[in-house]
Amino acid sequence: MGLLSRIFGTKSASSEPKAKPAVKSDVEKKAETIKKEEKPVADKITVGHVHMSGCTGCLVSLADNYGGLLTILDKYADLVYGLTLADVRHIPKMDVALVEGSVCIQDKLSVHEIKEAREKAAVVVAVGGCACYGNITRFGRGGQPNQPQHESYLPIGDLIKVDVYIPGCAPTPQLIRNVCVMAYLLLKGNKDQQELAKKYLTPLMQLADRGTEACGCDLMYDVVNQGLCMGCGSCAAACPVRAITHEYGKPNVNREMCIKCGACYAQCPRSFFNFDVIPEFEGIMDAIDAALK
Amino acid sequence: MPLMRHSNEVREMAGELGKYKLCVSARSADKAILKKAQDGGIVTQLFKFALEEGIIDGAIVAGPGDEPWRPRPFIATTVEELMSSSGTKYNISPQVSWIKEATRSYGLDKIGIVGTPCQMQAVRKGQLYPVGLRDVPDKIKLAIGIFCMENFSYQSVKQLVEDHAAMKMEAVKKMEIGKGKFWVYGQRGQVVQLPLKVTHKYEQPGCHVCLDYVANLADVSTGSVGSPDGWSTVFVRTRNGDDIWSKAIAAGCFETKPIEQVKPGLELVTKLATEKITKNQKTVEERAKFGVNKGLRNPYLGPK
Ligand SMILES: Cc1cc2nc3c(=O)[nH]c(=O)nc-3n(C[C@H](O)[C@H](O)[C@H](O)COP(=O)(O)OP(=O)(O)OC[C@H]3O[C@@H](n4cnc5c(N)ncnc54)[C@H](O)[C@@H]3O)c2cc1C
Ligand code: SF4
Ligand code: SF4
Ligand code: SF4
Repeated sequence: MGLLSRIFGTKSASSEPKAKPAVKSDVEKKAETIKKEEKPVADKITVGHVHMSGCTGCLVSLADNYGGLLTILDKYADLVYGLTLADVRHIPKMDVALVEGSVCIQDKLSVHEIKEAREKAAVVVAVGGCACYGNITRFGRGGQPNQPQHESYLPIGDLIKVDVYIPGCAPTPQLIRNVCVMAYLLLKGNKDQQELAKKYLTPLMQLADRGTEACGCDLMYDVVNQGLCMGCGSCAAACPVRAITHEYGKPNVNREMCIKCGACYAQCPRSFFNFDVIPEFEGIMDAIDAALK
Repeated sequence: MPLMRHSNEVREMAGELGKYKLCVSARSADKAILKKAQDGGIVTQLFKFALEEGIIDGAIVAGPGDEPWRPRPFIATTVEELMSSSGTKYNISPQVSWIKEATRSYGLDKIGIVGTPCQMQAVRKGQLYPVGLRDVPDKIKLAIGIFCMENFSYQSVKQLVEDHAAMKMEAVKKMEIGKGKFWVYGQRGQVVQLPLKVTHKYEQPGCHVCLDYVANLADVSTGSVGSPDGWSTVFVRTRNGDDIWSKAIAAGCFETKPIEQVKPGLELVTKLATEKITKNQKTVEERAKFGVNKGLRNPYLGPK
């Protein structure tokens, strides 16, 4: 935990023992004193909210961090783009694009904007089931008033490379918050901070790499069929539409109800479980809390 | 017995036993709890204390289900409900499935949860990566882990009890794994012991990649191994766990003995933990070469 207190410069982890002392050269010692004098918060990152075909629930989730959101905007991030929040017409250059919603390929403007977001942002985060996997928009077949010809909706990863996934419908305020803090550390933090952020974000990057299709069936294909399910119940807890029950300890998905949000598989400890991050839960949660105070 | 605190620091054991601030042998001071408990009644006693003190307003336990010895996750909000769910059921109770519902339908703001080591892993993953657990991470106020070598499906246990031990499920008073055997105690006093050789093939497959024996990620974890009959081995792990445990000790909830003074002690716990983790680590590695130039997934490397 010594590492964590060094990383975040917080007092919260100070009750933990120091990392094992190693023999240090004078140069290293000097570098350390300089580091200590650095402000824990350097300059801000720039963030934009890019709205594709989504219900704004993801944005509401971000806002549901309440005071935490204000702290993020105050200390860590400048919101440089966002239909509802910032008065900017065209997608500017930015560090992180938080993309909500899938892309309607019959809507020229959306297709243009998602490509532009990729060009202008260093990191593209797919926020929510629709951006990651299509989610409920997978069932769109057009015919709706106003734009009945809009009938094909694709997860953004089918058109651009996506760096990080935050699945779920709606994605939770807490996961969005954690990713924002980690993205900040990755881009502006010192070496230790970057290392932690990289470790934390890795599985969410791997999810982005894994593909653009999700379904409750993933629990069968990639967990039960692989001999990995141990019956914890996380999948059922995560499902927003209560499509999952457990029969004798194993998940049973009501496939008619599944909206393809990807929360169940991502929540399952047997989809990913990173031993270099999760066992440090106490220190990391303290640190995130402290960062948002 | 005075509470022995060997060191205030988190001890980094070689990994098998996880981090802990304190390890003792203990049992509940409440005779009624001990009478029904599996071992030292640690789980039921600590939840009872936490409930009465307002530290939690309910706990997800493994309550009675639809068939004899079939558990189901159950949200206990009274001491009676806690008492009625004590004792080990050797088959899966998907404890975490109720963790969000507990904050919704049941309106709990401060949740307790008991579970196997993998379920503690699920809880911590849920706190750090709450993909579908909105507003849950901060509401988990006491996570009690129970040691676990393996678990079974209900059908497996039924087969063990009915086919191998020739007893009816409803006639069983207690089941126990200990001293290298699977013990089935009948209501009428009969005892059947099965060698673990028999039980192995019925184990839940997912258990064979499990790399945790003593619930390293719980606030407090407990099991029978290491302590004498009727007593439990207890690891106090997190700051939160330490806080609650100290208060419970101060309130006289538990009798304790220094772990160094009981037999077989930590040595056996370490041995079993090492055996389990070594064996399962090997399984994880072998899975990578399961087919012909094709392997099975390794969740510890990522979700792909
Ligand atoms: C599958 C399994 C394997 C185990 N393997 C070992 C082992 O190898 N070594 C060891 O020392 N201990 C093992 N234990 C733990 C041990 O059997 C006791 O549960 C533990 O010591 C707690 O006893 P107690 O008297 O403190 O708890 P009690 O006061 O009796 O309470 C037990 C609590 O556990 C809950 N519970 C019961 N069954 C389950 C279940 N299936 N899933 C989740 N929660 C449940 C109950 O609801 C209750 O709240 C295992 C337990 C299980 C469920
Ligand atoms: S089963 Fe539920 S959680 Fe899983 S993808 Fe479908 S809707 Fe989402
Ligand atoms: S979350 Fe738990 S119960 Fe669901 S598939 Fe994964 S291991 Fe099985
Ligand atoms: S052996 Fe591991 S995976 Fe299996 S029930 Fe126990 S803790 Fe869970």
